[in-house]
Amino acid sequence: MAKIQIPTPLRQYTNKQESIEIKASTVGDALSGLLAKHPDLRRHLYTEDGKLRAFVNVYLNDEDIRYLQKEATTIKDSDNISIVPSIAGGARQ
Amino acid sequence: MLKIDKSHYEALRCHGEETYPYECCGVLLGTMNGEQRIVTSTARCGNTRDDSPHNRYHIDPRELVRIQREGRERGEDIVGFYHSHPDHPARWSPTDLAEAHWFSCSYVITSVAKGKAEVTNSFELSGSDEADKKFVDEKIEIGELESKPQGRAS
Repeated sequence: MAKIQIPTPLRQYTNKQESIEIKASTVGDALSGLLAKHPDLRRHLYTEDGKLRAFVNVYLNDEDIRYLQKEATTIKDSDNISIVPSIAGGARQ
Repeated sequence: MLKIDKSHYEALRCHGEETYPYECCGVLLGTMNGEQRIVTSTARCGNTRDDSPHNRYHIDPRELVRIQREGRERGEDIVGFYHSHPDHPARWSPTDLAEAHWFSCSYVITSVAKGKAEVTNSFELSGSDEADKKFVDEKIEIGELESKPQGRAS
């Protein structure tokens, strides 16, 4: 099963689990499986119209899925999927 | 509250001096213990905002994935982030808040005036979602913790 790594701020919605194993054939299926197990995650990952939030990066191993086939990217059992909210800011308003 | 070893505290302040007049940025790794975030290592990151590095920062998520993985192998979690404000106060800006998404993590800001690190403050990102998020001032407790190797350059 592929493993989804949960970042620290979202673990409150996964019963404090650091990673969740999901049987799936695509990244999108894996994320759907994750939300089926932990539905409170949905509003943190997706907009109301069902799109991944702009600041939510999803990586398959070391690759951004935006540069693969997005949520249709196929996965293997040994794959790691990382959910990584973006880190940015700066002094200028 | 953020608990940090003096050597890590000085390392993140030095990073801001080294990158002056540009903003530095990095990751704080360690453990969460209730309301406490205990830093046991730091990871320097590159600032990818080449268009405006003196007042903007952005960490490449790919770098974050690597840091998160390496931390996991050492039993550490990401507990916060740091960056500098060159010639600007160590207070969060509206941009800092708008771009902050790691709830319950620490965001450490160091003001660097004319190349010299001055004030370092920390803010916890509080709230339950994007609509009600806010930064809350938090105390930094600087101690002599048992530390791990730190400051891996990227």
